Amino acid sequence: MKRVLVAVKRVVDYNARIRVKADKSGIDVANVKMSMNPFCEIALEEAVRLKEKKLTEEVVAVTIGVKAAQDQLRTALAMGADRGIHVLTDAELEPLAVARLLAALAQRDEPALFLLGKQAIDGDNNHTGQMLAGLLGWPQATFASKVETDPVAGTATVTREVDGGLQTLRLRLPAVVTSDLRLNEPRYATLPNIMKAKRKPIEQLSPEALGMDVPKRLEILRVEEPPKRKGGVRVASVAELVDRLHNEAKVL
Amino acid sequence: MRAASSYTVPRDPRFAQLEQQDLDYFRSVIGDTGVLTDPDALQTYSIDWMGKYEGKCSVALRPKSTEQVSKILAHCNKRLLAVVPQGGNTGLVGGSTPVHDEVVLSTAGLNRVLSFDAVSGALVCEAGCVLEQLDAHVGGHGFTMPLDLGAKGSCHIGGNLATNAGGLRLLRYGSLHGSVLGLEAVLANGTVLDLLTTLRKDNTGYDLKQLLVGSEGTLGVITAAAIQCPPRPAAVHVAYLAVPSFATVQQVFVRARRRLGEILSAFEFLDRGSLELTLAELDGVRDPLPSSAEPFYLVVETSGSNAEHDYAKLEAFLEEVMEEGLVADGTLAQDSTQVAGIWGLREGISVALRHAGPVYKYDLSLPVGKMYELVEETRARVAGLPCRVFGYGHLGDGNLHLNVSTPRYDDAVQARLEPWIYEWTAAQRGSVSAEHGMGRMKAECIGYSKPAAAVDVMAQIKALLDPNLILNPYKVLPRAALAGNVPAQRMPAAA
Repeated sequence: MKRVLVAVKRVVDYNARIRVKADKSGIDVANVKMSMNPFCEIALEEAVRLKEKKLTEEVVAVTIGVKAAQDQLRTALAMGADRGIHVLTDAELEPLAVARLLAALAQRDEPALFLLGKQAIDGDNNHTGQMLAGLLGWPQATFASKVETDPVAGTATVTREVDGGLQTLRLRLPAVVTSDLRLNEPRYATLPNIMKAKRKPIEQLSPEALGMDVPKRLEILRVEEPPKRKGGVRVASVAELVDRLHNEAKVL
Repeated sequence: MRAASSYTVPRDPRFAQLEQQDLDYFRSVIGDTGVLTDPDALQTYSIDWMGKYEGKCSVALRPKSTEQVSKILAHCNKRLLAVVPQGGNTGLVGGSTPVHDEVVLSTAGLNRVLSFDAVSGALVCEAGCVLEQLDAHVGGHGFTMPLDLGAKGSCHIGGNLATNAGGLRLLRYGSLHGSVLGLEAVLANGTVLDLLTTLRKDNTGYDLKQLLVGSEGTLGVITAAAIQCPPRPAAVHVAYLAVPSFATVQQVFVRARRRLGEILSAFEFLDRGSLELTLAELDGVRDPLPSSAEPFYLVVETSGSNAEHDYAKLEAFLEEVMEEGLVADGTLAQDSTQVAGIWGLREGISVALRHAGPVYKYDLSLPVGKMYELVEETRARVAGLPCRVFGYGHLGDGNLHLNVSTPRYDDAVQARLEPWIYEWTAAQRGSVSAEHGMGRMKAECIGYSKPAAAVDVMAQIKALLDPNLILNPYKVLPRAALAGNVPAQRMPAAA
């Protein structure tokens, strides 16, 4: 394959403590640590492994968002991507708008494979990869736990994690694949690669340059914290336990 | 000079045996559920975390208030019942378990946070609060506990104070002597010493709480503490570096101090053996640099208020040490999961050693330049014996953790190690216990690091505060020193 494109998203760090804004309009992300979405990291790792196996000539990482998202591109480059594309926008991003931008890039750059994380840990939408495939009219395999490509035959064989177990699909390339947790364990970026990443090229462009806008089609009505978990209680006897389960918790 | 040991100390005949009247009294003070006599339940109180020191406590008590602790101690003092204060029981020198049939006084029931001042960062809590839970509590207000150690999920703050625990961030936040604002403790005769203020500065008289910090439960039982918590750093970065030699390790340290000085928050080292052992023994731990085969690895952490500034400083430092060949390879954690992965590796070493079997642990303060020399000489000294020697520790504090792993506890191995390691350390004017304390393991070893006159003063203080020597006997100070200092008169019982 000539080229694999990987989309990576800047999200709130997996372990960061977050607070809901007082007006319930969203999460307060001021001064919160941001990192690459873990599933995007897995997708990127898979792409880099394909390059190491010489199944693709080039890995291109793409991100859409604010200026600071460049940090995530640098991480992607440090992990082994060859170059980056940064679509700069301060607009709030929704899956359809993102999918349309990625589709425009796919049409422009013609990758054989477009890898994404199955979902982002902020929105948990699990929409973007599927919409992207739909817009492009490409085959898709989501929740991938194993990806094998046959560039000669022009196909990819993907094992998917589904409710009943595992499903294996063969897709004609070009195709869209989204990563699940067990696909791989992303590498630690080594210092020499972190240094080299600073010199790798990042193409910056606006959504307009791709002929797209970033419209707001969804309105968030309310964001609330889940109800606080009540502490456990110690009971003195089995009789008391049964009594409380029956009369208080009403589960017996 | 006596070696440290697992040798049996004879039971002090002055101590009474536990009787029904004692159990009745304890039950009247703390209720039935606080008095444990079931032999199976008592086992966990009688054996240490390493499985090396096992006593047979006659009863374990779980008081819920300082007043209850006071009554218990007054009774034990009157009856001459020996008492072992016990927190999370995570100590590494056998200091928190009974040697014979001592009464175990657990702080597990003293687990309330009393107050937290979100402006000053002063935390006031009972001694049985678990360190990790305290950190989560103050973390919610944007603060952090001023210490961190591998045992954080189980250790009690009272135990931390009693042992003057060091840990991973002493380099940045200093020792507990500096972070403790106040203490409440109960003396052997039941007197409650209320020094529980949250004042940052208080020069009124002798600072008694400093005597209790690090006294390992031999001068009083800490029941509550006030701790100064620093603001939680907004930006934490962790680098894991592969270094070709110990000489270069030292150079990297000097450079890190210079380039990262004000944001450096941890500087740990481990040798290749420690890395390989940890990868082999623990699940869920992975090698951050699988293609590297260097002999030494460093964990360097920065903590600051501005991620961009800190990253720029760290990047400059890393470029410099890489360009000069001081560091062969390394990684910089890209997110909190990678940070946790690198720390999990460093903190996992002692757990891995535990899994691997019996281990002789030495916790030494040495001149940094000499640290690994001792590890190499130890390896040579036990060559031929079925031992593996590991070296790791808080390089930034000059604290080496020298560990010798064996298939079973073996007097022949111990004889090769002790007193030789202590003599070696004494020759460097180092400390035979940097942070773990003396406990039972090194009760006869203080002479390697302190002069006789000092030990004598310590024994006099002990005799003053605990004339019947009921608090944590057989620990910390040598028997000979204590024997020379029991006063003729007993301290009158508390009012």
